[in-house]
Amino acid sequence: MATQTLDTKGMNCPLPILKTKKAIKGLNAGETLEVLSTDPGSVKDMEAFCKSTGNKLLDSKDNGGVYTYIIEKS
Amino acid sequence: MSDGSNNKKMSIIVTKGTLDWAYPPFILASTAASLDVDVTMFFTFYGLQLLKKDVSHLQISTLGNPGMEMPMMGMHMTMPNIVSMIPGVDAMASSMMKNLIKKKGVASIEELRDICVESDVKIIGCQMTLDLFEWTPDIMIPEMQLGGAATYMGKALESDINLFI
Repeated sequence: MATQTLDTKGMNCPLPILKTKKAIKGLNAGETLEVLSTDPGSVKDMEAFCKSTGNKLLDSKDNGGVYTYIIEKS
Repeated sequence: MSDGSNNKKMSIIVTKGTLDWAYPPFILASTAASLDVDVTMFFTFYGLQLLKKDVSHLQISTLGNPGMEMPMMGMHMTMPNIVSMIPGVDAMASSMMKNLIKKKGVASIEELRDICVESDVKIIGCQMTLDLFEWTPDIMIPEMQLGGAATYMGKALESDINLFI
């Protein structure tokens, strides 16, 4: 179970990433954020975001049009 | 706010003052800041329009823009140059674009610019352009700092990515 959930369904690039950044800022190291998105581009974007910021992408799933990500704050 | 964990820097020169061309610089700057990149934006000539407190006047131009294809009534509509000469056509196309932006969950320019400001993107307005167009700093957002070409060069020389848009 993630510490916090962020719903970005219906938002287009780059809003899911910008909102994710804001939500991650409010977490402590080791806490997790679940992000929901309907943007197909967010699959690669979330990988790039985590790679660049050093946060860990624990899980990335496509549940039939809704993408779910679990990110652990480093 | 960037925590500087990857030590990367980017600069963008912003030269265009239309609604459509306002997107690439603000999308890249806000996203880069989210990726902990230290970003500087230098607004010059028509790009300086994007730093006015009120940006609701921004429009797209249908003139010489064959790439513009607006979805309309299940089809896609293009604008021949001759139509651009009719008064009000750009205003109409701009309001259609704004409706599409809302409908598709795309951020507004104000929203992206606010995020840039909140994420500590450095916003530099070209002093020469301000003087040339006789604009005063009080109509611009307060986060704008004034600078010139040398200010930009100072940032560009230490950046990993330099873009001209």
